[in-house]
Amino acid sequence: MIYDHLDFEKPIAELEEKIEELERVSAKDEDGIDFSAEIQKLKVKCQEKTKDIFSRLNASQITQIARHPDRPYTLDYISILIENFQELHGDRHYSDDSAIVAGIGTFKGIPVALIGHQKGRDARERTYRNWGMPRPEGYRKAQRIMSMAERFKMPLLTFIDTPGAYPGVGAEERGQAEAIACSIEKLTDLKTPVISTVIGEGGSGGALAIGVCDHLIMLEYSTYSVISPEGCAAILWKSGDKAKEAAEAMGVTTRHLSGHGLVDTVIKEPLGGVHRDIAPVIDSLEGILEAQIKRLSGMPVEEMLEQRYQRLMDYGKFTEK
Amino acid sequence: MNWLDRIIPPKIKGGRDSGSGVPKGLWRKCNGCQAVLYAEELVSSFEVCPKCDHHHRIGGQRRLKSFFGATSYELIGEEVRPLDALKFRDLKKYKDRLNEAIRKCDSSEALLVAQGTLIDQAVVVAAFDFSFMGGSMGAVVGERFVRGVDRAIEERIPFICFSASGGARMQEALFSLMQLSKTVAALKRLKDEAIPYISVLTDPTMGGVSASFAMLGDVIIAEPKALVGFAGQRVIEQTVREKLPEGFQRAEFLLEHGSIDMIVARSELPASIHRMLSSLYFEPRSQTRVFA
Ligand SMILES: [Zn+2]
Repeated sequence: MIYDHLDFEKPIAELEEKIEELERVSAKDEDGIDFSAEIQKLKVKCQEKTKDIFSRLNASQITQIARHPDRPYTLDYISILIENFQELHGDRHYSDDSAIVAGIGTFKGIPVALIGHQKGRDARERTYRNWGMPRPEGYRKAQRIMSMAERFKMPLLTFIDTPGAYPGVGAEERGQAEAIACSIEKLTDLKTPVISTVIGEGGSGGALAIGVCDHLIMLEYSTYSVISPEGCAAILWKSGDKAKEAAEAMGVTTRHLSGHGLVDTVIKEPLGGVHRDIAPVIDSLEGILEAQIKRLSGMPVEEMLEQRYQRLMDYGKFTEK
Repeated sequence: MNWLDRIIPPKIKGGRDSGSGVPKGLWRKCNGCQAVLYAEELVSSFEVCPKCDHHHRIGGQRRLKSFFGATSYELIGEEVRPLDALKFRDLKKYKDRLNEAIRKCDSSEALLVAQGTLIDQAVVVAAFDFSFMGGSMGAVVGERFVRGVDRAIEERIPFICFSASGGARMQEALFSLMQLSKTVAALKRLKDEAIPYISVLTDPTMGGVSASFAMLGDVIIAEPKALVGFAGQRVIEQTVREKLPEGFQRAEFLLEHGSIDMIVARSELPASIHRMLSSLYFEPRSQTRVFA
């Protein structure tokens, strides 16, 4: 399979094309020439090249992987991890926002509630999903599912993958800021375990609105930041093409964030990123989710909420004089 | 043009109100009606134009003074000071930006918190200072806010916040985003204790501040014409590729769309908030409620 390639993956793409070409030739070759040795050699070379490139990725390259068009989205994870998933729609006030999916299902026999940002794969779906940028209705639907999770004592699993909340006229008219604020408020003391996983882009308040949790997981090549590198560059560097510098300075990658204690678990991705092989990531994710649900469910609710509160209070460094 | 350039009218850039008090020069031009006014006149009116009622921005200390009048107040969390944990550097070092802001403003950070008396009612007030790095919220703002809320819970007295902020402080990266959940979690405890929280939105209240505590007041008040919203106007214009409607994201627009309770002029705020607090029943610590 040929993947969409990012600029810095060009050397890998060229090798993969060569391999594909040779495989095509040998498949229909009538003279019986054996290319398998050559193919094998190229495969090793390709593997080494990939390893080399991925061992020294910078923050801006990781940002590109986090936004990779082939990267698995929320519904991809749900379809593998969750049995009997039932999507629930609508905020009961205005509309159904397809940039956020929500519903119920069972995870390893445990009834769970699910909320996640959802991006679209092709042009039509991308528009339908509004590039994963929720409007207030999306957050209000999420709040509805949060309440259900609490009432029916279901652990809440959230999946984060958004460039940010949608900056539109209607979104502002219908109270985007209030919708995000209320989602955050609800999660700060929701009386059920909340486990969040950043699977792609963790974009600002639009991400945090479904990301206040007891345990924060990030996939290795996902990012989490207060503003997009492009937005930060436009404001602080006064030039959008300093996004690379901004990504580096803000430390949007799992390596930086876990170094500052902002992430609880980082899940290693296979060489080249999770879009090349989702299986090992699913294995890890499944194990961590199961262990965390068990840990949090075994705790008195008041203790779990007190721990969640203390985690929030500990965010941020300052001096006292 | 960035959001900061957009929301700071060109006339006050550079020689902007330091928030401290007396601006330089004898005359100042109103940003609303362009009338030339005695600088002193604007100072005594707490930056409200006597001709057109335009509400100019006001610094943290003067906000506290305008609200508490002649009565004294005690600052809370003044000892909490910024720390450049990430050694952040854009065109300038974050450290230098901080030092510049501290030199220029009379506030030690973008948020001042104080306990004082509003007429006869003890209250905790949090006041943003937009002139301090655009009122941006970093770890110090978050921590001072929480200490203020904790004091309000401890003393069982109302909490009032005057917002004026461009949003989260980018120089503190993800730590600044986490201040949204930190401040909101503290406020939730205040709410659970049934202690009133009044949020006053002043020009401008955007981004991470509007998307957290600013929009969660039991009562939300805005000053006239204050710009309030989640996304910046430039970003929205670029996204929707059309001109924004007249008055978009202004206080009057928010009132019309059901986002806030009322618009109150700066001079009326103390009396108006006091009236509201007299009606909102809450149990003071002493269990004996003072009626004025
Ligand atoms: Zn005027």
